[in-house]
Amino acid sequence: MTSLFLNSRWPGLALLTVVVMALPAILPNAFYVDVAIRIAILAINGIALNLLMGYTGQISLGHAGFFGLGAYGSAVLTSHFGVPALLALLASAAFTAVIAYGVGRVILRLRGHYLAMATLGLGIIVSIVLTNEAAWTGGPDGMAVDGFTLFGFTPSGERQWYWVFAVLLVGTVVLAQNLIDSPAGRALQALHGSETAAAVAGISVRQRKIAVFVLSATVSAVLGSLTAHYSGYVNPGLAGFLQSVELVIIVVLGGMASIYGSVFGAVIMGVLPQVLAGYEGWDSVAFGVIMAAAMIFLPRGVVPSLTAWLRSPNRRRGEGAAC
Amino acid sequence: MLTVANLSKAFGGVLAVQDVSFHIPAGCVYSVIGPNGAGKTTLFNLISGLYTPTSGSIRFEDREIAGMAPERLARRGMSRTFQNLQICRNLSAIENVMVGAHLTLNANMFAGMFRWPGLGRADRACRARAADLMERVGCGAFVRADAAAMPYGALKRLEIARALASDPKILFLDEPAAGLNHTETHEIETLVADLARSGLTVVVVEHDMKLVMNVSGRILVLNYGRKLAEGTPDEIRTNPDVIAAYLGGDDEEE
Repeated sequence: MTSLFLNSRWPGLALLTVVVMALPAILPNAFYVDVAIRIAILAINGIALNLLMGYTGQISLGHAGFFGLGAYGSAVLTSHFGVPALLALLASAAFTAVIAYGVGRVILRLRGHYLAMATLGLGIIVSIVLTNEAAWTGGPDGMAVDGFTLFGFTPSGERQWYWVFAVLLVGTVVLAQNLIDSPAGRALQALHGSETAAAVAGISVRQRKIAVFVLSATVSAVLGSLTAHYSGYVNPGLAGFLQSVELVIIVVLGGMASIYGSVFGAVIMGVLPQVLAGYEGWDSVAFGVIMAAAMIFLPRGVVPSLTAWLRSPNRRRGEGAAC
Repeated sequence: MLTVANLSKAFGGVLAVQDVSFHIPAGCVYSVIGPNGAGKTTLFNLISGLYTPTSGSIRFEDREIAGMAPERLARRGMSRTFQNLQICRNLSAIENVMVGAHLTLNANMFAGMFRWPGLGRADRACRARAADLMERVGCGAFVRADAAAMPYGALKRLEIARALASDPKILFLDEPAAGLNHTETHEIETLVADLARSGLTVVVVEHDMKLVMNVSGRILVLNYGRKLAEGTPDEIRTNPDVIAAYLGGDDEEE
């Protein structure tokens, strides 16, 4: 029974939906709603990166760059050119997709550490450009962004924006799960497992890598656009190295190749700093210790380790087989 | 079905395959034998598109395929297994087999994301067929297993099931019996014979002489990257060059 329960996609989705629906009633004030929104943003970004990293096995250390491109694309187009927000969002997403395609064609030939270095460079270049093109981007200080109007509805305040990101999160989880369970998702996981086997089975390894890279980058760009409108403000830090690393931590800590893992990772990354904020000076130390402990005791990530433990009939192997 | 002419492959200064020519008739079991380092696996890798030939031609069903990418060859009906297993350990056993059926399914990412009508049914049919294939090659006990948890012998069979899932016209088996015990080797022999009987062309690299002699229609012998001999099992058994270079006169032994 347990294994049937754990293998089905519905329990997780039901749990996520209930939590997402219930949260606004529980959260006492706008500050907490904002934390919840930030978690949803991290979770969607984490899922996008997990498709690339956890499932397809292609590391990206510059993924926040794409988020930044989306955010700044919307900011610049709406502020400097008066483009309607939805059009700006689509244009930024298309622009990011083109950039990801061009860059992906070149760097996805690389593997392992070399791909990590190339994507790291990509993220850094984006944040340098955003910092230096001050006439358009406001430089290191960033720039203000107007609200977002779609079909006459302009979300304002944390509680309205919460629903925008909540719907987006649940939608992303469903679509990502659909993809992973489909032949296309199997192809992505196959080239992670063995590129040779995948190629011999007829999977165009390079095209598939580029496709998932573009998909992942575009999701982050759309999310970046909406985040810019929600925050009403963008700065180059959005696209920075620390943001990219945070996304990698979410994927690895929550669990590679686990969609709910990324949601869980985002919850930890969103909540932990708030909880630890009270321990001035020790917060970074505690954060580091918790991260290290999680990786030592749950090496496959929190969610895959726990489901493996629940699945094992005798429940003796705490963290399952460490791969 | 497949004609190789004057095929050569050089790795730097090493000529792994030199000026090899042969023809594989349709529906036959064709074996490639030779001592370690004779160039058997290199030959397989050249034909299946993993290596680009230095010179020579490979014609498959009257089309030149030398240097063609593996995924295009798969589309033309070529399939293979690997001596050093290429298993996707991040997938379950049955999913590995389903990967082999990639070309038979709609693998568009958006179709997957939005659950294209009919996709779910096609995928379930594919899963059922994959289970049948696992049964057929003799690893039916692992239908619900994770690939990472399977023993070596079962993984060798799993590779054969995956290679069959694409419904190939020609199947290359790279040392299917290596590391298997006597009974298992015999089962592989029966399987190869069955596959050939069903009309599939099977090309086998194998060290187990008994299996090769029992199952093959024709045999190619390689030595130091060159063709030493080619012919029926009886011709090979009695060929003096082969006896001198490879069999060492005691082919009854193994």
